[in-house]
Amino acid sequence: MNIRDEFPILTRSSRGKPLVYLDNGATTQKPESVINAVTSYYRQHNANVHRAAHELAEEATALLEDCRNKAQAFVNAAHREEMIFTRGTTEGINLVAQVIAERVKAGQDIVISQLEHHSNIVPWQLLAQRTGANIKAIDITETGDLDLAHAADLITDNTALVAITHISNGLGSMIPVTKLIEQAKQAGALTLVDGAQAVLHATIDVQALDCDFYVFSGHKMFAPTGIGILYGRLALLNELPPWQGGGEMIDHVSIESSTYQQAPFRFEAGTPNIAGCAGLGAAFDYITKLPMKMLIEQEAALVRKALSGLKQIPGLRLVGEPAERASVISFLLDGSHPNDVGTLLDQQGIAVRTGHHCNMPLMTRLGIPGTVRASFSLYNNEDDVDALINGVAKAATFL
Amino acid sequence: MTLDELLDTFEFFDDWEDKYRFIIDLGKELPGLPDTDKTDAHLIRGCQSQVWLTYESTDELLRFNMDSDAHIVRGLIAVVLIAIQNRSGAEIQRLDIEGIFGQLDLLAHLSVTRGNGLRAMVSRIKEVAHRHTD
Repeated sequence: MNIRDEFPILTRSSRGKPLVYLDNGATTQKPESVINAVTSYYRQHNANVHRAAHELAEEATALLEDCRNKAQAFVNAAHREEMIFTRGTTEGINLVAQVIAERVKAGQDIVISQLEHHSNIVPWQLLAQRTGANIKAIDITETGDLDLAHAADLITDNTALVAITHISNGLGSMIPVTKLIEQAKQAGALTLVDGAQAVLHATIDVQALDCDFYVFSGHKMFAPTGIGILYGRLALLNELPPWQGGGEMIDHVSIESSTYQQAPFRFEAGTPNIAGCAGLGAAFDYITKLPMKMLIEQEAALVRKALSGLKQIPGLRLVGEPAERASVISFLLDGSHPNDVGTLLDQQGIAVRTGHHCNMPLMTRLGIPGTVRASFSLYNNEDDVDALINGVAKAATFL
Repeated sequence: MTLDELLDTFEFFDDWEDKYRFIIDLGKELPGLPDTDKTDAHLIRGCQSQVWLTYESTDELLRFNMDSDAHIVRGLIAVVLIAIQNRSGAEIQRLDIEGIFGQLDLLAHLSVTRGNGLRAMVSRIKEVAHRHTD
């Protein structure tokens, strides 16, 4: 089975060479079925959702609410009302940071880690500024794994929230989130998992994880940009205040005051990204039909092959050698800037990401300006790996 | 090497490899800046890689020293320096520096994000030139 055929963009060229797309950590490409779902929404079903009494509105509402059901199945949530549509991971985290403000007291700790993406750092800094809470970051080990002893020290009765990534976007480290959530719960803290990088590379089961919030983006799992999911525990969601006011989220409005809907609508003010939901729904369908276990194993084998090939290149240094690695390889060539390597790969049609990957505290901690990051998805193949290894070896001859 | 000589040399190259090797080698020959000058005050914001700029002015002519932590950017700095070195503020203000990059035909890959860095570099140079124009 060759799933590449279903991603039309993979047949194009880049800089006159066959496209080798290894920037999947930033965003994945889209299969035909997702592209068709978005266009067919606009061609056939476009209407505003939930309100109007006509057939188009019914169809559009069905597309949106079906997507909610599929999201529920995807993360194995107990209730469909626990699925809140957002613009993506960043908005999901900002939403949580707004609505839990009253539960975070001055002097309490918000525990994150050195591996976090800026979107799982800055919203908490804003919350800390509003509430007088402190940010504490779990350190990493030499291999780029989380220092679990340090985590145990930081998570205490004074912890208001533990917000942690499921997979590091910079180094690919798989984080033992279950263990951290357990510690956080024992300490009476709220828990949020940033699943942006995990969606196609780990099994997500929010009931097994037992976290309070889990956030991810559609565009990193074959869906369009601008749509994502925030999972929140239902009982908790219904205790939290809204974050944006507007249509959809209200129960009753007078000039003086309003009462609000329950979750999820309480957190979905305004017309949602209906086309995005059509695309995300199609992406859930697409992924559900794939032999995921086999494809993830295949991807892991490609990553291993890439690692062993890259290690042969003189002057190449891997950044992070985590115990369990998911789909991301970060590296540097001695004596050169990651942007140099990225530019020379780009000229060969190889798309990677260079720089700090929105991980500035991590790069500072590692004492480097950034890395070259190759990140894989389920459609990458051996040709991509060979192109990467040969491309980096060639770049090294320039520098 | 004059700018015209540089552009002539570039016209001979018909693939990206020769162009980039040439640019990177130019960068390697750049004297650069001593570490003591690589300070925040001399850092140009808005570049993906770090770029530092110092200058002195003698007899109304400006003399720049620039450096970067990236090879390709150092090469582009070398090109810019050929164009702007030992000129008056007024002369530099009239120069189309971005046009030079256009002639090198390297800007295709330097657009958007990386281009922002170049633009930041060019606007710092223009700002210095403006301050030294009567």
